[in-house]
Amino acid sequence: MVELRNAECGMRNADCGLRDKELPIRNPKSEIRNPKVATKDLNIWYDDHLALKSLSIEVQTNEILGIIGPANSGKTTFLRALNRLIDLTSGTKIAGSVIIDGTDIYGEIDVEALRRKVGMIFALPTPLPMSIFDNIVYGLRRRGMKRRSLLEEATERSLKSAYLWDEVKDRLDQPAMKLSGGQQQRLCIARTLALEPDIILFDEPCSGLDPISTARVEEAMMELKKKYTIILVTNNTKQAARVADRTAFFLMGELIEIGQTEQIFTVPKDQRTGDYITGRFG
Amino acid sequence: MKSIDPRISQKIAFSLLFLATLFVLVPVGLIVLVIIKNGLGAITWEFLTTAPRNGMREGGILPAIVGTSCLVVGAMSVAIPLGVLSAIYLNEYARKNFLTRVIKLAIINLAGIPSVVYGLFGMGLFVIFLKFGASILAGALTLAIMNLPVIITATREALAGVPQSFREVSLSLGASKWQTIRHVVLPNAIPGILTGIILEISRAAGETAPILFTVAAFYLPGLPTSVFDQVMALPMHLYAISTQIPNIGLDVRYATALVLLGLVFGVNSIATIIRAKLRRKKAW
Repeated sequence: MVELRNAECGMRNADCGLRDKELPIRNPKSEIRNPKVATKDLNIWYDDHLALKSLSIEVQTNEILGIIGPANSGKTTFLRALNRLIDLTSGTKIAGSVIIDGTDIYGEIDVEALRRKVGMIFALPTPLPMSIFDNIVYGLRRRGMKRRSLLEEATERSLKSAYLWDEVKDRLDQPAMKLSGGQQQRLCIARTLALEPDIILFDEPCSGLDPISTARVEEAMMELKKKYTIILVTNNTKQAARVADRTAFFLMGELIEIGQTEQIFTVPKDQRTGDYITGRFG
Repeated sequence: MKSIDPRISQKIAFSLLFLATLFVLVPVGLIVLVIIKNGLGAITWEFLTTAPRNGMREGGILPAIVGTSCLVVGAMSVAIPLGVLSAIYLNEYARKNFLTRVIKLAIINLAGIPSVVYGLFGMGLFVIFLKFGASILAGALTLAIMNLPVIITATREALAGVPQSFREVSLSLGASKWQTIRHVVLPNAIPGILTGIILEISRAAGETAPILFTVAAFYLPGLPTSVFDQVMALPMHLYAISTQIPNIGLDVRYATALVLLGLVFGVNSIATIIRAKLRRKKAW
Protein backbone atom coordinates (compact mmCIF):
# COMPACT_ATOMS: atom_id res chain seq x y z
CA MET A 1 0.00 0.00 0.00
CA VAL A 2 2.75 2.43 0.99
CA GLU A 3 4.61 1.57 -2.16
CA LEU A 4 1.64 2.38 -4.35
CA ARG A 5 0.95 5.67 -2.62
CA ASN A 6 4.59 6.72 -3.03
CA ALA A 7 4.54 5.82 -6.64
CA GLU A 8 1.35 7.75 -7.11
CA CYS A 9 2.85 10.90 -5.54
CA GLY A 10 5.95 10.50 -7.66
CA MET A 11 3.87 10.38 -10.80
CA ARG A 12 1.74 13.34 -9.81
CA ASN A 13 4.87 15.41 -9.25
CA ALA A 14 6.24 14.34 -12.58
CA ASP A 15 3.01 15.49 -14.21
CA CYS A 16 3.15 18.90 -12.59
CA GLY A 17 6.76 19.40 -13.58
CA LEU A 18 5.88 18.62 -17.18
CA ARG A 19 7.66 15.28 -17.06
CA ASP A 20 10.77 16.66 -15.41
CA LYS A 21 13.43 14.02 -15.92
CA GLU A 22 15.27 14.86 -12.72
CA LEU A 23 12.43 13.87 -10.42
CA PRO A 24 12.90 10.50 -8.75
CA ILE A 25 11.40 7.87 -10.96
CA ARG A 26 10.95 4.40 -9.51
CA ASN A 27 11.36 2.61 -12.75
CA PRO A 28 14.47 4.09 -14.33
CA LYS A 29 14.07 2.50 -17.73
CA SER A 30 15.49 3.94 -20.87
CA GLU A 31 12.10 5.57 -21.51
CA ILE A 32 12.21 9.31 -21.58
CA ARG A 33 8.53 9.65 -20.85
CA ASN A 34 7.51 7.49 -17.95
CA PRO A 35 4.43 5.60 -19.14
CA LYS A 36 1.30 5.54 -17.02
CA VAL A 37 0.80 1.84 -17.61
CA ALA A 38 3.44 -0.55 -18.87
CA THR A 39 3.21 -4.30 -19.25
CA LYS A 40 6.25 -6.40 -19.95
CA ASP A 41 6.08 -9.93 -21.35
CA LEU A 42 2.64 -10.36 -19.85
CA ASN A 43 1.29 -13.88 -20.31
CA ILE A 44 -2.10 -14.91 -18.98
CA TRP A 45 -3.46 -18.44 -18.98
CA TYR A 46 -7.00 -19.58 -18.25
CA ASP A 47 -6.25 -23.11 -17.13
CA ASP A 48 -4.29 -24.37 -20.16
CA HIS A 49 -5.45 -21.78 -22.63
CA LEU A 50 -2.96 -18.97 -23.24
CA ALA A 51 -5.20 -15.92 -23.56
CA LEU A 52 -2.54 -13.23 -23.69
CA LYS A 53 0.87 -13.88 -25.27
CA SER A 54 3.94 -11.98 -24.03
CA LEU A 55 2.27 -8.62 -24.26
CA SER A 56 4.48 -5.57 -23.89
CA ILE A 57 2.55 -2.35 -24.24
CA GLU A 58 2.78 1.16 -22.83
CA VAL A 59 0.01 3.64 -22.20
CA GLN A 60 0.82 7.32 -21.82
CA THR A 61 -0.76 9.74 -19.38
CA ASN A 62 -3.93 11.48 -20.63
CA GLU A 63 -4.23 9.55 -23.84
CA ILE A 64 -7.07 7.42 -25.08
CA LEU A 65 -5.68 4.10 -26.20
CA GLY A 66 -8.17 2.22 -28.33
CA ILE A 67 -7.91 -1.55 -28.45
CA ILE A 68 -9.56 -3.35 -31.34
CA GLY A 69 -9.59 -6.96 -32.40
CA PRO A 70 -11.97 -9.85 -32.99
CA ALA A 71 -13.48 -12.02 -30.25
CA ASN A 72 -11.02 -14.04 -28.16
CA SER A 73 -8.18 -11.69 -28.96
CA GLY A 74 -7.42 -11.01 -25.28
CA LYS A 75 -8.72 -7.44 -25.14
CA THR A 76 -10.92 -7.88 -22.11
CA THR A 77 -8.35 -10.12 -20.45
CA PHE A 78 -5.84 -7.29 -20.79
CA LEU A 79 -8.24 -4.78 -19.20
CA ARG A 80 -9.13 -7.10 -16.33
CA ALA A 81 -5.44 -7.64 -15.65
CA LEU A 82 -4.96 -3.90 -15.14
CA ASN A 83 -7.28 -3.65 -12.13
CA ARG A 84 -6.74 -7.23 -11.02
CA LEU A 85 -10.38 -8.10 -11.53
CA ILE A 86 -8.89 -11.14 -13.24
CA ASP A 87 -8.11 -12.43 -9.74
CA LEU A 88 -11.78 -13.45 -9.54
CA THR A 89 -11.45 -15.95 -12.36
CA SER A 90 -10.29 -19.27 -10.97
CA GLY A 91 -7.57 -21.14 -12.80
CA THR A 92 -5.79 -18.01 -14.03
CA LYS A 93 -2.00 -17.91 -14.19
CA ILE A 94 -0.07 -14.75 -14.80
CA ALA A 95 3.56 -14.27 -15.80
CA GLY A 96 5.35 -11.03 -16.59
CA SER A 97 4.72 -7.66 -15.04
CA VAL A 98 2.16 -4.87 -15.07
CA ILE A 99 3.62 -1.56 -13.92
CA ILE A 100 1.25 1.29 -13.10
CA ASP A 101 2.92 4.54 -12.05
CA GLY A 102 6.12 2.65 -11.35
CA THR A 103 4.57 0.02 -9.11
CA ASP A 104 4.21 -3.64 -10.03
CA ILE A 105 0.53 -4.23 -9.31
CA TYR A 106 1.09 -7.95 -8.91
CA GLY A 107 3.46 -7.32 -6.02
CA GLU A 108 2.42 -6.65 -2.43
CA ILE A 109 -0.13 -3.91 -2.93
CA ASP A 110 -3.48 -2.77 -1.60
CA VAL A 111 -5.79 -4.20 -4.27
CA GLU A 112 -8.78 -2.09 -3.17
CA ALA A 113 -6.71 1.09 -3.56
CA LEU A 114 -5.57 -0.08 -6.99
CA ARG A 115 -9.17 -0.61 -8.09
CA ARG A 116 -10.15 2.85 -6.91
CA LYS A 117 -7.24 4.25 -8.90
CA VAL A 118 -7.99 2.17 -12.01
CA GLY A 119 -11.72 2.46 -12.65
CA MET A 120 -13.64 0.18 -14.97
CA ILE A 121 -16.77 0.58 -17.11
CA PHE A 122 -18.31 -2.73 -18.17
CA ALA A 123 -19.81 -3.72 -21.49
CA LEU A 124 -23.36 -3.83 -20.19
CA PRO A 125 -24.56 -1.01 -17.95
CA THR A 126 -24.41 -2.42 -14.44
CA PRO A 127 -26.17 -0.16 -11.97
CA LEU A 128 -26.49 -1.78 -8.56
CA PRO A 129 -30.10 -2.29 -7.40
CA MET A 130 -30.17 0.82 -5.25
CA SER A 131 -30.88 4.52 -5.76
CA ILE A 132 -28.94 6.74 -8.17
CA PHE A 133 -27.32 8.52 -5.24
CA ASP A 134 -26.38 5.29 -3.47
CA ASN A 135 -24.84 4.00 -6.70
CA ILE A 136 -22.65 7.07 -7.16
CA VAL A 137 -21.36 7.12 -3.60
CA TYR A 138 -21.01 3.33 -3.32
CA GLY A 139 -17.21 3.35 -3.67
CA LEU A 140 -16.78 6.43 -1.51
CA ARG A 141 -18.84 4.93 1.31
CA ARG A 142 -16.86 1.68 1.20
CA ARG A 143 -13.70 3.78 1.46
CA GLY A 144 -15.13 5.23 4.67
CA MET A 145 -16.57 8.59 3.58
CA LYS A 146 -19.66 9.27 5.69
CA ARG A 147 -20.30 13.02 5.67
CA ARG A 148 -23.51 13.64 3.74
CA SER A 149 -22.33 16.99 2.41
CA LEU A 150 -19.15 15.49 0.97
CA LEU A 151 -21.08 12.64 -0.62
CA GLU A 152 -23.58 15.06 -2.18
CA GLU A 153 -20.78 17.23 -3.51
CA ALA A 154 -19.09 14.22 -5.09
CA THR A 155 -22.39 13.08 -6.61
CA GLU A 156 -23.04 16.42 -8.28
CA ARG A 157 -19.46 16.74 -9.51
CA SER A 158 -19.24 13.26 -11.01
CA LEU A 159 -22.74 13.31 -12.53
CA LYS A 160 -21.87 16.60 -14.23
CA SER A 161 -18.63 15.15 -15.60
CA ALA A 162 -20.60 12.23 -17.04
CA TYR A 163 -23.20 14.59 -18.59
CA LEU A 164 -26.01 13.06 -16.56
CA TRP A 165 -26.65 15.67 -13.87
CA ASP A 166 -29.38 17.62 -15.67
CA GLU A 167 -31.34 14.47 -16.43
CA VAL A 168 -31.34 13.04 -12.92
CA LYS A 169 -30.74 15.88 -10.46
CA ASP A 170 -34.39 15.88 -9.32
CA ARG A 171 -34.64 12.15 -8.74
CA LEU A 172 -31.41 11.03 -7.12
CA ASP A 173 -33.39 8.84 -4.71
CA GLN A 174 -35.00 6.84 -7.54
CA PRO A 175 -33.79 3.32 -8.35
CA ALA A 176 -30.91 3.45 -10.82
CA MET A 177 -32.37 0.45 -12.64
CA LYS A 178 -35.21 2.65 -13.88
CA LEU A 179 -32.90 4.79 -16.03
CA SER A 180 -32.58 4.10 -19.74
CA GLY A 181 -29.63 2.04 -21.00
CA GLY A 182 -27.61 5.08 -22.08
CA GLN A 183 -28.31 6.88 -18.83
CA GLN A 184 -27.33 3.77 -16.88
CA GLN A 185 -23.99 3.62 -18.67
CA ARG A 186 -23.30 7.29 -17.94
CA LEU A 187 -24.30 6.59 -14.34
CA CYS A 188 -21.64 3.88 -14.25
CA ILE A 189 -19.11 6.37 -15.61
CA ALA A 190 -20.12 8.90 -12.94
CA ARG A 191 -19.86 6.18 -10.29
CA THR A 192 -16.29 5.47 -11.36
CA LEU A 193 -15.42 9.19 -11.54
CA ALA A 194 -16.68 9.73 -7.99
CA LEU A 195 -13.61 7.84 -6.79
CA GLU A 196 -11.31 10.22 -8.68
CA PRO A 197 -9.37 7.51 -10.48
CA ASP A 198 -6.24 8.04 -12.57
CA ILE A 199 -7.02 5.52 -15.24
CA ILE A 200 -10.40 4.46 -16.64
CA LEU A 201 -10.84 1.18 -18.46
CA PHE A 202 -13.77 1.01 -20.85
CA ASP A 203 -14.75 -2.52 -21.85
CA GLU A 204 -16.91 -2.13 -24.97
CA PRO A 205 -18.95 0.54 -23.19
CA CYS A 206 -21.34 1.17 -26.06
CA SER A 207 -22.00 -2.38 -27.23
CA GLY A 208 -25.57 -2.26 -25.92
CA LEU A 209 -26.38 1.37 -26.73
CA ASP A 210 -28.15 3.16 -29.55
CA PRO A 211 -26.18 5.69 -31.69
CA ILE A 212 -27.36 8.74 -29.76
CA SER A 213 -26.46 7.26 -26.38
CA THR A 214 -23.16 6.14 -27.90
CA ALA A 215 -22.43 9.69 -29.03
CA ARG A 216 -23.13 10.95 -25.50
CA VAL A 217 -20.77 8.41 -23.96
CA GLU A 218 -18.07 9.24 -26.53
CA GLU A 219 -18.51 12.93 -25.83
CA ALA A 220 -17.95 12.22 -22.15
CA MET A 221 -14.84 10.21 -22.98
CA MET A 222 -13.26 13.00 -25.03
CA GLU A 223 -13.79 15.38 -22.13
CA LEU A 224 -12.49 12.87 -19.59
CA LYS A 225 -9.18 12.32 -21.33
CA LYS A 226 -8.09 15.83 -20.27
CA LYS A 227 -7.91 14.55 -16.71
CA TYR A 228 -7.64 10.79 -17.00
CA THR A 229 -5.82 8.12 -18.92
CA ILE A 230 -8.29 6.01 -20.84
CA ILE A 231 -8.04 2.55 -22.30
CA LEU A 232 -10.98 1.75 -24.55
CA VAL A 233 -11.67 -1.77 -25.72
CA THR A 234 -14.17 -1.73 -28.54
CA ASN A 235 -15.65 -4.06 -31.12
CA ASN A 236 -16.63 -1.04 -33.14
CA THR A 237 -13.52 -0.05 -35.11
CA LYS A 238 -15.18 3.22 -36.11
CA GLN A 239 -15.46 4.14 -32.49
CA ALA A 240 -11.73 3.66 -32.03
CA ALA A 241 -11.14 5.81 -35.12
CA ARG A 242 -13.37 8.54 -33.67
CA VAL A 243 -12.04 8.84 -30.14
CA ALA A 244 -8.68 7.07 -29.71
CA ASP A 245 -5.34 8.88 -29.90
CA ARG A 246 -3.49 5.66 -30.47
CA THR A 247 -4.94 2.32 -31.44
CA ALA A 248 -3.69 -1.20 -30.79
CA PHE A 249 -4.79 -4.25 -32.74
CA PHE A 250 -4.98 -7.55 -30.84
CA LEU A 251 -5.37 -10.93 -32.50
CA MET A 252 -5.48 -14.33 -30.79
CA GLY A 253 -3.92 -12.92 -27.63
CA GLU A 254 -1.11 -11.13 -29.42
CA LEU A 255 -0.45 -7.46 -29.94
CA ILE A 256 -0.13 -7.22 -33.72
CA GLU A 257 0.32 -3.52 -34.12
CA ILE A 258 0.10 -0.30 -32.16
CA GLY A 259 0.40 3.25 -33.45
CA GLN A 260 -1.26 6.60 -33.96
CA THR A 261 -4.94 6.00 -34.76
CA GLU A 262 -4.63 7.79 -38.10
CA GLN A 263 -1.72 5.64 -39.14
CA ILE A 264 -3.43 2.39 -38.08
CA PHE A 265 -6.55 3.24 -40.03
CA THR A 266 -4.84 4.63 -43.12
CA VAL A 267 -1.49 2.87 -43.55
CA PRO A 268 -1.41 -0.16 -41.24
CA LYS A 269 2.00 -1.83 -41.21
CA ASP A 270 0.63 -5.32 -40.80
CA GLN A 271 -1.53 -6.97 -43.43
CA ARG A 272 -3.80 -8.49 -40.76
CA THR A 273 -4.58 -5.10 -39.22
CA GLY A 274 -5.70 -3.80 -42.58
CA ASP A 275 -7.77 -6.91 -43.21
CA TYR A 276 -9.54 -6.56 -39.87
CA ILE A 277 -10.28 -2.87 -40.25
CA THR A 278 -11.67 -3.27 -43.72
CA GLY A 279 -13.81 -6.15 -42.48
CA ARG A 280 -12.15 -8.95 -44.41
CA PHE A 281 -12.24 -11.17 -41.30
CA GLY A 282 -13.31 -11.18 -37.68
CA MET B 1 -47.58 -37.83 -38.21
CA LYS B 2 -50.31 -35.28 -38.06
CA SER B 3 -49.44 -32.31 -35.88
CA ILE B 4 -52.04 -30.83 -33.58
CA ASP B 5 -53.39 -27.38 -34.29
CA PRO B 6 -51.36 -25.01 -32.06
CA ARG B 7 -54.53 -23.35 -30.83
CA ILE B 8 -55.90 -26.70 -29.63
CA SER B 9 -52.62 -27.81 -28.05
CA GLN B 10 -52.51 -24.44 -26.31
CA LYS B 11 -55.94 -25.07 -24.83
CA ILE B 12 -55.05 -28.62 -23.77
CA ALA B 13 -51.85 -27.43 -22.07
CA PHE B 14 -53.69 -24.66 -20.26
CA SER B 15 -56.42 -27.02 -19.05
CA LEU B 16 -53.92 -29.58 -17.79
CA LEU B 17 -51.88 -26.98 -15.90
CA PHE B 18 -54.99 -25.40 -14.44
CA LEU B 19 -56.43 -28.76 -13.34
CA ALA B 20 -53.13 -29.76 -11.71
CA THR B 21 -53.16 -26.55 -9.71
CA LEU B 22 -56.78 -27.12 -8.75
CA PHE B 23 -56.02 -30.65 -7.53
CA VAL B 24 -53.34 -29.22 -5.26
CA LEU B 25 -55.40 -26.35 -3.94
CA VAL B 26 -58.67 -28.13 -3.21
CA PRO B 27 -57.39 -30.63 -0.59
CA VAL B 28 -55.36 -27.94 1.17
CA GLY B 29 -58.36 -25.64 1.24
CA LEU B 30 -60.60 -28.46 2.50
CA ILE B 31 -58.20 -29.36 5.32
CA VAL B 32 -58.09 -25.78 6.51
CA LEU B 33 -61.84 -25.39 6.20
CA VAL B 34 -62.61 -28.59 8.13
CA ILE B 35 -60.21 -27.63 10.90
CA ILE B 36 -61.70 -24.15 11.20
CA LYS B 37 -65.28 -25.40 11.05
CA ASN B 38 -64.80 -28.03 13.74
CA GLY B 39 -62.32 -26.21 15.94
CA LEU B 40 -63.32 -22.58 16.00
CA GLY B 41 -66.19 -23.16 18.40
CA ALA B 42 -63.92 -24.58 21.11
CA ILE B 43 -61.46 -21.72 21.03
CA THR B 44 -62.15 -19.53 24.01
CA TRP B 45 -60.02 -17.24 26.11
CA GLU B 46 -59.85 -19.99 28.70
CA PHE B 47 -58.68 -22.53 26.09
CA LEU B 48 -55.76 -20.30 25.13
CA THR B 49 -54.70 -19.19 28.60
CA THR B 50 -55.05 -22.13 30.98
CA ALA B 51 -53.45 -25.50 31.47
CA PRO B 52 -55.25 -28.75 30.63
CA ARG B 53 -57.33 -30.28 33.37
CA ASN B 54 -59.14 -33.57 34.06
CA GLY B 55 -56.74 -35.83 32.14
CA MET B 56 -56.43 -33.23 29.37
CA ARG B 57 -60.12 -33.55 28.54
CA GLU B 58 -60.85 -30.05 29.76
CA GLY B 59 -59.06 -26.79 30.29
CA GLY B 60 -56.72 -25.13 27.83
CA ILE B 61 -53.48 -25.67 26.01
CA LEU B 62 -51.38 -22.76 27.23
CA PRO B 63 -48.35 -24.90 28.21
CA ALA B 64 -48.26 -26.42 24.73
CA ILE B 65 -48.49 -23.01 23.04
CA VAL B 66 -45.69 -21.67 25.23
CA GLY B 67 -43.62 -24.83 24.70
CA THR B 68 -43.90 -24.77 20.92
CA SER B 69 -43.13 -21.04 20.85
CA CYS B 70 -40.00 -21.61 22.96
CA LEU B 71 -38.87 -24.44 20.69
CA VAL B 72 -39.40 -22.47 17.48
CA VAL B 73 -37.62 -19.38 18.81
CA GLY B 74 -34.81 -21.50 20.23
CA ALA B 75 -34.34 -23.57 17.07
CA MET B 76 -34.41 -20.52 14.80
CA SER B 77 -32.00 -18.49 16.89
CA VAL B 78 -29.48 -21.30 16.42
CA ALA B 79 -30.31 -22.45 12.89
CA ILE B 80 -30.62 -19.04 11.15
CA PRO B 81 -27.24 -17.53 12.08
CA LEU B 82 -25.39 -20.84 11.76
CA GLY B 83 -27.07 -21.77 8.49
CA VAL B 84 -26.80 -18.37 6.81
CA LEU B 85 -23.19 -17.83 7.84
CA SER B 86 -22.04 -21.26 6.70
CA ALA B 87 -23.92 -20.83 3.42
CA ILE B 88 -22.11 -17.52 2.86
CA TYR B 89 -18.81 -19.25 3.50
CA LEU B 90 -19.60 -22.16 1.20
CA ASN B 91 -20.90 -19.99 -1.63
CA GLU B 92 -18.63 -16.96 -1.47
CA TYR B 93 -15.34 -18.05 0.07
CA ALA B 94 -14.85 -21.79 -0.28
CA ARG B 95 -13.04 -22.94 -3.42
CA LYS B 96 -15.07 -24.76 -5.99
CA ASN B 97 -13.51 -28.20 -5.92
CA PHE B 98 -14.38 -31.83 -5.37
CA LEU B 99 -14.59 -31.47 -1.59
CA THR B 100 -17.05 -28.56 -1.66
CA ARG B 101 -19.18 -30.39 -4.23
CA VAL B 102 -19.31 -33.40 -1.90
CA ILE B 103 -20.23 -31.15 1.02
CA LYS B 104 -22.99 -29.51 -1.01
CA LEU B 105 -24.40 -32.89 -2.00
CA ALA B 106 -24.21 -34.10 1.60
CA ILE B 107 -26.15 -31.07 2.82
CA ILE B 108 -28.88 -31.60 0.25
CA ASN B 109 -29.10 -35.26 1.30
CA LEU B 110 -29.34 -34.28 4.96
CA ALA B 111 -32.46 -32.29 4.11
CA GLY B 112 -34.11 -35.54 3.04
CA ILE B 113 -33.39 -37.54 6.19
CA PRO B 114 -36.55 -38.55 8.11
CA SER B 115 -37.15 -36.38 11.12
CA VAL B 116 -37.26 -39.34 13.50
CA VAL B 117 -33.59 -39.94 12.74
CA TYR B 118 -32.82 -36.40 13.85
CA GLY B 119 -34.84 -37.14 16.98
CA LEU B 120 -32.73 -40.17 17.80
CA PHE B 121 -29.54 -38.28 17.01
CA GLY B 122 -30.62 -35.41 19.26
CA MET B 123 -31.40 -37.80 22.08
CA GLY B 124 -28.02 -39.48 21.74
CA LEU B 125 -26.00 -36.29 21.51
CA PHE B 126 -27.82 -33.67 23.59
CA VAL B 127 -29.95 -35.61 26.06
CA ILE B 128 -27.55 -38.43 26.91
CA PHE B 129 -24.00 -37.56 25.87
CA LEU B 130 -24.04 -33.84 26.71
CA LYS B 131 -26.36 -34.55 29.68
CA PHE B 132 -28.85 -31.77 28.87
CA GLY B 133 -31.61 -34.22 29.75
CA ALA B 134 -35.00 -33.93 28.09
CA SER B 135 -35.13 -30.14 27.92
CA ILE B 136 -35.97 -27.12 25.79
CA LEU B 137 -32.25 -26.83 25.05
CA ALA B 138 -31.97 -30.37 23.71
CA GLY B 139 -35.22 -30.10 21.75
CA ALA B 140 -34.43 -26.72 20.21
CA LEU B 141 -30.93 -27.85 19.20
CA THR B 142 -32.32 -31.03 17.64
CA LEU B 143 -34.87 -29.00 15.67
CA ALA B 144 -32.10 -26.58 14.67
CA ILE B 145 -29.98 -29.41 13.28
CA MET B 146 -32.98 -30.66 11.35
CA ASN B 147 -33.56 -27.14 9.95
CA LEU B 148 -29.96 -26.40 9.00
CA PRO B 149 -29.75 -28.27 5.67
CA VAL B 150 -32.77 -26.50 4.19
CA ILE B 151 -31.68 -23.08 5.46
CA ILE B 152 -28.16 -23.62 4.10
CA THR B 153 -29.42 -24.84 0.74
CA ALA B 154 -31.98 -22.03 0.37
CA THR B 155 -29.39 -19.43 1.34
CA ARG B 156 -26.85 -20.83 -1.12
CA GLU B 157 -29.40 -20.77 -3.91
CA ALA B 158 -30.32 -17.20 -3.02
CA LEU B 159 -26.66 -16.12 -2.97
CA ALA B 160 -25.94 -17.88 -6.24
CA GLY B 161 -28.93 -16.06 -7.74
CA VAL B 162 -27.31 -12.66 -7.22
CA PRO B 163 -25.73 -11.77 -10.59
CA GLN B 164 -21.95 -12.13 -10.72
CA SER B 165 -21.79 -8.71 -12.40
CA PHE B 166 -22.95 -7.08 -9.14
CA ARG B 167 -19.96 -8.57 -7.36
CA GLU B 168 -17.58 -7.45 -10.10
CA VAL B 169 -18.94 -3.92 -10.04
CA SER B 170 -18.63 -3.68 -6.30
CA LEU B 171 -15.06 -4.99 -6.31
CA SER B 172 -14.12 -2.76 -9.23
CA LEU B 173 -15.22 0.22 -7.13
CA GLY B 174 -12.65 -0.67 -4.49
CA ALA B 175 -14.93 -2.55 -2.08
CA SER B 176 -13.39 -5.46 -0.23
CA LYS B 177 -14.82 -8.92 -0.57
CA TRP B 178 -16.67 -8.71 2.73
CA GLN B 179 -18.04 -5.25 1.92
CA THR B 180 -19.28 -6.67 -1.36
CA ILE B 181 -21.07 -9.49 0.43
CA ARG B 182 -22.42 -7.20 3.13
CA HIS B 183 -23.66 -4.36 0.91
CA VAL B 184 -24.50 -6.00 -2.42
CA VAL B 185 -24.83 -9.76 -2.23
CA LEU B 186 -26.73 -10.20 1.05
CA PRO B 187 -29.34 -7.45 0.58
CA ASN B 188 -30.27 -8.97 -2.76
CA ALA B 189 -30.33 -12.52 -1.41
CA ILE B 190 -32.49 -11.88 1.65
CA PRO B 191 -35.88 -12.61 0.01
CA GLY B 192 -34.62 -16.05 -1.03
CA ILE B 193 -33.10 -16.68 2.39
CA LEU B 194 -36.43 -15.75 4.01
CA THR B 195 -38.21 -18.35 1.89
CA GLY B 196 -36.01 -21.04 3.41
CA ILE B 197 -36.59 -19.65 6.89
CA ILE B 198 -40.38 -19.56 6.42
CA LEU B 199 -40.39 -23.22 5.39
CA GLU B 200 -38.32 -24.19 8.40
CA ILE B 201 -40.38 -22.25 10.94
CA SER B 202 -43.38 -24.33 9.90
CA ARG B 203 -41.37 -27.51 10.15
CA ALA B 204 -39.94 -26.65 13.56
CA ALA B 205 -43.41 -25.87 14.89
CA GLY B 206 -45.09 -28.89 13.36
CA GLU B 207 -42.63 -31.80 13.63
CA THR B 208 -43.31 -34.35 16.34
CA ALA B 209 -40.54 -36.92 15.96
CA PRO B 210 -37.51 -34.72 16.75
CA ILE B 211 -39.05 -33.47 20.00
CA LEU B 212 -40.51 -36.80 21.03
CA PHE B 213 -37.29 -38.06 22.66
CA THR B 214 -35.67 -34.74 23.45
CA VAL B 215 -38.14 -32.40 25.11
CA ALA B 216 -41.84 -33.03 24.75
CA ALA B 217 -43.80 -33.88 27.87
CA PHE B 218 -47.05 -35.79 27.77
CA TYR B 219 -48.68 -33.71 30.49
CA LEU B 220 -47.01 -30.83 32.29
CA PRO B 221 -49.38 -28.14 33.46
CA GLY B 222 -46.72 -25.66 34.65
CA LEU B 223 -44.82 -23.27 32.41
CA PRO B 224 -41.04 -23.70 31.89
CA THR B 225 -38.70 -21.58 33.99
CA SER B 226 -35.36 -22.43 32.38
CA VAL B 227 -33.98 -23.96 29.17
CA PHE B 228 -33.38 -27.18 31.08
CA ASP B 229 -37.10 -27.71 31.67
CA GLN B 230 -39.29 -30.09 29.72
CA VAL B 231 -42.28 -28.57 27.98
CA MET B 232 -45.44 -29.64 26.25
CA ALA B 233 -45.62 -28.95 22.53
CA LEU B 234 -48.62 -28.49 20.26
CA PRO B 235 -47.97 -31.30 17.73
CA MET B 236 -47.16 -33.75 20.52
CA HIS B 237 -50.21 -32.65 22.50
CA LEU B 238 -52.40 -33.06 19.44
CA TYR B 239 -51.05 -36.56 18.95
CA ALA B 240 -51.64 -37.38 22.60
CA ILE B 241 -55.23 -36.19 22.80
CA SER B 242 -56.07 -37.74 19.46
CA THR B 243 -54.74 -41.23 20.14
CA GLN B 244 -53.99 -41.75 23.82
CA ILE B 245 -56.98 -40.30 25.61
CA PRO B 246 -60.47 -41.77 25.27
CA ASN B 247 -63.68 -39.77 25.55
CA ILE B 248 -62.30 -36.43 24.49
CA GLY B 249 -64.33 -33.96 22.52
CA LEU B 250 -63.63 -33.80 18.82
CA ASP B 251 -63.75 -30.01 18.96
CA VAL B 252 -60.85 -29.88 21.43
CA ARG B 253 -58.64 -31.79 18.99
CA TYR B 254 -59.62 -29.60 16.08
CA ALA B 255 -59.15 -26.49 18.17
CA THR B 256 -55.63 -27.60 19.08
CA ALA B 257 -54.85 -28.17 15.41
CA LEU B 258 -56.31 -24.76 14.61
CA VAL B 259 -54.09 -23.06 17.18
CA LEU B 260 -51.01 -24.79 15.74
CA LEU B 261 -52.07 -23.75 12.25
CA GLY B 262 -52.73 -20.18 13.39
CA LEU B 263 -49.37 -19.96 15.15
CA VAL B 264 -47.46 -21.09 12.05
CA PHE B 265 -49.58 -18.93 9.80
CA GLY B 266 -48.96 -15.89 12.00
CA VAL B 267 -45.19 -16.27 12.06
CA ASN B 268 -45.08 -17.01 8.33
CA SER B 269 -47.20 -13.97 7.51
CA ILE B 270 -44.73 -11.72 9.27
CA ALA B 271 -41.84 -13.23 7.31
CA THR B 272 -43.82 -13.07 4.06
CA ILE B 273 -44.62 -9.39 4.57
CA ILE B 274 -40.96 -8.62 5.22
CA ARG B 275 -40.03 -10.56 2.09
CA ALA B 276 -42.59 -8.75 -0.05
CA LYS B 277 -41.30 -5.39 1.19
CA LEU B 278 -37.72 -6.37 0.31
CA ARG B 279 -38.71 -7.76 -3.07
CA ARG B 280 -40.35 -4.55 -4.12
CA LYS B 281 -36.98 -2.85 -3.77
CA LYS B 282 -35.14 -5.20 -6.08
CA ALA B 283 -35.86 -4.83 -9.76
CA TRP B 284 -33.58 -6.37 -12.31
